[in-house]
Amino acid sequence: MTPSTEPVITIRGLCKSFGDLHVLQGVDLDVFRSENVVVLGRSGTGKSVLIKIMVGLLKPDAGSVVVLSQAVDQLRGRDLDAFRRQVGFSFQSSALYDSMSIRENLEFPLVRNIRNLSRADIDRAVEEALDDVGLSQTINQMPSELSGGQRKRIGIARTMILKPEIMLYDEPTAGLDPITCIEINNLINEVRERYKATSIIITHDLTCAKATGDRVAMLLDGKFERVGTFDEVFADPDERVQQFYNYNFVN
Amino acid sequence: MQSDTTKPADREPDRPVITRRLDRLFLDLADVSSFVGRFFREMFLPPYEFKEIVRQCYEVGYRSLLLISTTGFITGIVFTNQSRPSLTEFGAASWLPSLIAIAIVRALGPLVTALIAAGKVGSSIGAELGSMNVTEQIDAMEVSGTDPFKFLVVSRVIATSFTIPLLTMYTIFVALIGAYINVNQHEQTSFTSYIQEVFGAITYVDIFASLIKSIVFGFTIGIVGCYKGYHSSKGTEGVGKAANSAVVTSMFLVFIEELLSLQIVGAIRGS
Repeated sequence: MTPSTEPVITIRGLCKSFGDLHVLQGVDLDVFRSENVVVLGRSGTGKSVLIKIMVGLLKPDAGSVVVLSQAVDQLRGRDLDAFRRQVGFSFQSSALYDSMSIRENLEFPLVRNIRNLSRADIDRAVEEALDDVGLSQTINQMPSELSGGQRKRIGIARTMILKPEIMLYDEPTAGLDPITCIEINNLINEVRERYKATSIIITHDLTCAKATGDRVAMLLDGKFERVGTFDEVFADPDERVQQFYNYNFVN
Repeated sequence: MQSDTTKPADREPDRPVITRRLDRLFLDLADVSSFVGRFFREMFLPPYEFKEIVRQCYEVGYRSLLLISTTGFITGIVFTNQSRPSLTEFGAASWLPSLIAIAIVRALGPLVTALIAAGKVGSSIGAELGSMNVTEQIDAMEVSGTDPFKFLVVSRVIATSFTIPLLTMYTIFVALIGAYINVNQHEQTSFTSYIQEVFGAITYVDIFASLIKSIVFGFTIGIVGCYKGYHSSKGTEGVGKAANSAVVTSMFLVFIEELLSLQIVGAIRGS
């Protein structure tokens, strides 16, 4: 799929610090409609902080984040809720609600955001979402009964059930075996094909970056130092970039 | 991470304003006040989480019934048994039902229920919210367009404030039954005369004071459990600490409130 030239996410001069730790120090990025952008960087470089700012879970210290023509840090109350319905967030830990079954987990965002849905509509949406991730048989199970990979896929299904325009994936392949990683990468690409969603994928897994990203943005010292296709970014002789590549593919 | 679940106390300035310990104490107090204030503000604002409140009432109330029944019953028997020798020594064994009624209705019933609830319900709320915080479930709720404070905190605090008074009345009833069995066994007192003596000894002020006190205890247990869980530090250790701290803090506060209520009800009776 060819991404359009219309930016749906515009980040300018974004800064965020925690005490003395300056995590983001002037991040700039444009993400275009139906594009998959992979944000790469070492642990603790502020990748997750960046996407948490994009959904209003964290407030930036400086700079602006405009998503779907809305300045995220200016949104409050119902406007913020309405905005969040358009932006799906898949958490690193999957964040499935432990006390609810898989069916209830998937129903939760639906019934909380769309009023007057009939039981049949809810059931259809849940079954469809589970079918999309190939886990229809888990509908009545509890999250504790699922494997890590299954939990990730259910997490993505729960996020996709509201059919968001933008998907944010936080470390989608972290802690998974190579085969499950490939399944998750394929699922991310399928989500883009099926829903025409724009995605930002946070990872330090270069296989995931190569398989899913149209562009790769490398976060180094609090800024996107390198942005381009996977091959363009890793053709750079910069020692920090090469170190990252070698660690993933050579070591 | 400075998200909704981060305390101001974790954002203390680099250089202490007074001393680091006093700064932390004042920041903690400010944070607790803001948490309680937010509860009262959000409690009256729609949407109302009726379904979740009912579910929590079931969790807090129904699931505590067996423990409360056993504890209340044993408390009634033990207290009666322990009080008998002293009263018999002064030839006042016939005052036993009155003494039991006053002790159970005014103090033991509310206190025993609150302590049991602090241990069972407070720790469970602290651990549940703590674990939800650690595994990003609270953040997930927030990004899916649900106010987690309203859904998780307001519903639980309303449930404990409503259910613990009901449990207290139930404990009083069960404890009085336990006491009656013991009294009947030793003094062969009939049920009718036992009931007459019990109700002759207590007043509406006693029942009303116990009810109000239990609402305060319930609110305390709920808000402390939620506060500790909602603001638990990340990691599994944080969950354990949240649960433990919820129990210890709410038990301590329950005793302080019991002491205060003693003074207030005493002053009301005196006037």
